Amino acid sequence: MLSQEETDRSYEVKLGKIISLTSKPMHYCAGCEHGTLTKLVANAIDTLNLRERAVIVDSVGCSVFAHEYIDVDAIQAPHGRAPAIMSGLKRLRPDLIPFSIQGDGDAVSIGLLELVYAANRGEPITVFLVNNAIYGMTGGQMAPTTPEGMVTTTSPQGRDTKYTGPPLDASKLISNLEKPAYVKRVLLPIVPLPRSKGVYSARGVIEGQKAVENAFKAQLMGGFSLVEFISTCSINWKLQILESKRYASEVLAKVFPPGLYKDRFGLEKRQ
Amino acid sequence: MISKDFIRGNEAIAYGALKAGLNGYFAYPITPSSEIPETLAKEFGNQSYPEFKAFLQSASELEAINMVIGGASTGAKVMTATSGPGFSLKQEGISYAAGMELPLLIVNVNRSGPGLGNLGPEQSDYFQATKGGGHGGYRNIVLAPNSVQEMASFPGLAFSLAFKYRNPVVILADAFLGELKEDIVFPEVSQQKFETPWATTGARGDKRHLVLSLNLEFEDQNNHLEHLQKKYADIDKFEQRAESYLVDDAKVVLVAYGIASRICKEVVNRLRLLGIKVGLFRPITLSPFPNEEIGYLSQGQRKFLVVELNMGQMIYDVKLAVRDSHTVDSMNRFGGILPKSSEIVREVMLLHA
Repeated sequence: MLSQEETDRSYEVKLGKIISLTSKPMHYCAGCEHGTLTKLVANAIDTLNLRERAVIVDSVGCSVFAHEYIDVDAIQAPHGRAPAIMSGLKRLRPDLIPFSIQGDGDAVSIGLLELVYAANRGEPITVFLVNNAIYGMTGGQMAPTTPEGMVTTTSPQGRDTKYTGPPLDASKLISNLEKPAYVKRVLLPIVPLPRSKGVYSARGVIEGQKAVENAFKAQLMGGFSLVEFISTCSINWKLQILESKRYASEVLAKVFPPGLYKDRFGLEKRQ
Repeated sequence: MISKDFIRGNEAIAYGALKAGLNGYFAYPITPSSEIPETLAKEFGNQSYPEFKAFLQSASELEAINMVIGGASTGAKVMTATSGPGFSLKQEGISYAAGMELPLLIVNVNRSGPGLGNLGPEQSDYFQATKGGGHGGYRNIVLAPNSVQEMASFPGLAFSLAFKYRNPVVILADAFLGELKEDIVFPEVSQQKFETPWATTGARGDKRHLVLSLNLEFEDQNNHLEHLQKKYADIDKFEQRAESYLVDDAKVVLVAYGIASRICKEVVNRLRLLGIKVGLFRPITLSPFPNEEIGYLSQGQRKFLVVELNMGQMIYDVKLAVRDSHTVDSMNRFGGILPKSSEIVREVMLLHA
């Protein structure tokens, strides 16, 4: 028998109101996937009933205000350090559910050590990595994930990987470690369907929702989880929004192939 | 029950923290502080310390201080220990903790610098510990033990100050004190529980807990800094601690903290036997600097000799605190070398003449 509060909550979820989402308008640019991910995460927190245990650890970059939209406890990490903060928090309070939303500059460049070691220890924490192949908030500089040839403000001739080294693949790197439980890469933007002009698939959103829930489930089962979302940054890519969706699916998805990289608990088989 | 122990300074810090109810320790090894994590690793899981729930060796100093931030955000008593080079790396996290107003304890067993320097005792991290150290304007509370006994009792004091003011606290020791073995008696600490209504322990209804340091609106940041400024003023007003030894009739007052103050006390005792009026003023809190007491002392016709294991850092605080900065002289030893008491005696005699 559900309590009145639980009944209300279940209706609100069914009717589309996400309890763990604040009513504050998001600051993200038009066409950016950060807003989509924010909703997916808040929705998963509702679905798994984690609101009173979840702690979001903001990163430095576009997700630095994520706590203003996701209505749970929050800590603001120094640039790249979210996995270390989550590790310390989880060791002291194993009942809490810490998770971060980090960009590729934050997690794969300045915070790579923190990410790798938290994953290597198998800390029961969750990292949502938004990979848009560029530094967004600082205005479009080259990121560790910038693909060959992409023009950024610090690679104005296009990235020359002979000079800078190739883009770093975080999902591949982390999934090669022994302890992580769940590593998945999702192409989050809508994707233009071939031979159907003007028709797009939002499959990434559905997959993303499942991946976010699985990532939390992996943590609840005691494992480390990472979900990387291939995303767009049309403002800094200097592309029209729909062109940037095409670029994500045609270029980025080739450099960073979406897919299930690790699933030690068989979470995807259970569904 | 009172237990008497003959232990090293670094071990005393570790047991002092455990007896004060330490919940978590995260650190990266570095000489000359490594006996602290070694001692705590040995005691982790010991039923005598049921509150000690987390011990983890980190992959870097940065990881360690951020683990401390994560633990402290839950309202737990968390600490780390390091030495000079590691203390530099931790400054980023300490700045964030100051901005987020987190109570945490950092032990710096000061070795010689800059750079790798060497493993001998120095007090050259005085500026870094007392003047902020990281980016932005903030103040740590800094405690300077001068005996193994104080190494054992200061973690408890540090936690009570950290939680009272929601502020990082540094215990600034040195390589000599870390290795020094002395007889001590562990203080009877009642394991204080602190109220932490701000801690990130899960949202309840409309009430959630935010541990943040970003205020994009200038007005908001201004208000936050005014709040910090008021807090630092309160700390300055209520928490100055110092020890005065035979200063009342002294013509020359030695000013020293940590291991240097032990040598200076010996000098005072020797010179007093010869009838020379010399005393010792020992800051126990380096931040807040005990300027009231030394300011009061400077009202008489006294000269001050600041003895430090660095090129002269605390001397600036002494000069600001006394009535006439021309009455302040300094004596410095560094590179891991302690001043001989005979050298200090010679300096005092020159001033006394």
